[in-house]
Amino acid sequence: MRLLPYGDEALLAEPEDPATVLALAVALRDEPGVREVVPAARTLLVRAAAEDLARIGARLRELTATARAGAAAPDGPQVTLDVHYDGADLTETAAQVGLEPDELVRAHTGGAYVVAFCGFAPGFAYLTGLDAALHVPRLAQPRTRVPTGSVGIAGEFTGVYPRPSPGGWRLLGRTDADLWDLARTPPALLTPGTRVRFRSA
Amino acid sequence: MIEILDPGPLATVQDLGRPGYAALGVPHSGAFDRAALRLANRLVGNPDDAAAIELTLGGLEIRLTAAATIALTGAPCPGAPDWGHAVSIPAGASVRLAMPPSGLRSYLAVRGGIGGERVLGSRSTDTLSGLGPDPLRRGDVLAIGPVDGEVSGAASLGSPAGDAVLPIRFGPRDDWFTAAARARLVDVAWTVRPESDRVGIRLDGPPLSRSQDGELPSEPVLPGAVQVPSDGRPILFGPDAPVTGGYPVIAVVTDLDRAAQLRPGDHVRFSPGKG
Repeated sequence: MRLLPYGDEALLAEPEDPATVLALAVALRDEPGVREVVPAARTLLVRAAAEDLARIGARLRELTATARAGAAAPDGPQVTLDVHYDGADLTETAAQVGLEPDELVRAHTGGAYVVAFCGFAPGFAYLTGLDAALHVPRLAQPRTRVPTGSVGIAGEFTGVYPRPSPGGWRLLGRTDADLWDLARTPPALLTPGTRVRFRSA
Repeated sequence: MIEILDPGPLATVQDLGRPGYAALGVPHSGAFDRAALRLANRLVGNPDDAAAIELTLGGLEIRLTAAATIALTGAPCPGAPDWGHAVSIPAGASVRLAMPPSGLRSYLAVRGGIGGERVLGSRSTDTLSGLGPDPLRRGDVLAIGPVDGEVSGAASLGSPAGDAVLPIRFGPRDDWFTAAARARLVDVAWTVRPESDRVGIRLDGPPLSRSQDGELPSEPVLPGAVQVPSDGRPILFGPDAPVTGGYPVIAVVTDLDRAAQLRPGDHVRFSPGKG
């Protein structure tokens, strides 16, 4: 694992096996001195006081061994999202991957997904576990406005837009689930480690 | 209460932000010049994390509906009652701040702090994600919180402004750049571009060349990161930076307060020595 400097009060860890990022992030949360752990696609960022970083880095290396074993089955909460598969890009995306639209829907609802990390907007979760046959690039021209609840795919990820925003993901459908609610703790429905399934509504 | 008669180019409510929620996709936000916010709060006897008004290029005009004690810090604006001191303002009086001759951001703290609802522990306006109150508009009325601390006699001469040297630490992705680009980052006096804002200070100068192509999978980003997009011109991320980014971060600025006062056209150098 590479440990890269990130200013004076953070480090960026790059595990050799990207599948361990989430398990390491979860394992490190309760480590003394850790102010915040932020997972992303291949790396995790740890914020701590400068004097704690060396110890936390050493702890990360220790955790790598156990994290690897636990990485395959994260023990997060399970959420099922009901989706109306009438997205603007459903037909074209199906054609692009050589499927009928209903086959694309079956492939998407057949997946067992895990929230790898959040980014882009509050509550926007990047879900891994997408069938490799459905890996398609983002739209060449992002939309200026994607409606709340839009379910999309891009590259190796699938996800749901928690509120209206610009966006370049290919839209397969929409869900009525409340992805972001400030009255809830935490406000994000999908947090790193949450296991997700999609169901055709 | 504080009545906004004119917000100027951009005025927002800021405290010390909402750290700790990046894993949910929530930016840090908060005052750009945190030292100036803390000082303004101390002058009026507030806790360091009380909310104040962050002005951008001055231009703010307010009226106080009741007598209040205020303090102004950051970039000094002509027309201010008394920079860097607690000042008593009588009920009904207005305060009008002109554009600072140098520097960019000024802070107006009021004894008791700006009130209003907290979102994830903070009253800050996050200009990227939209969390917190909207930027201030003419006619807005801001509540003032309860008073407890002691007014302090400390004074300041305002934040330093103009051309700056910012301390950096190389990494995490300096190995994505040529040795020449790493040297150039330090050697060049970068010019602040007009498109700069609370999300990032965009810099102009000779482009930084990469030693490797390809895209970086999204990585966590912190305020202070110097990210280099494909055009090779660095962006220094501010408090409203996104929590992840896909371009390599060549270095991280370890003291962002000074950067808050950079205005378009100013020059900035990066110093890998301890600042």
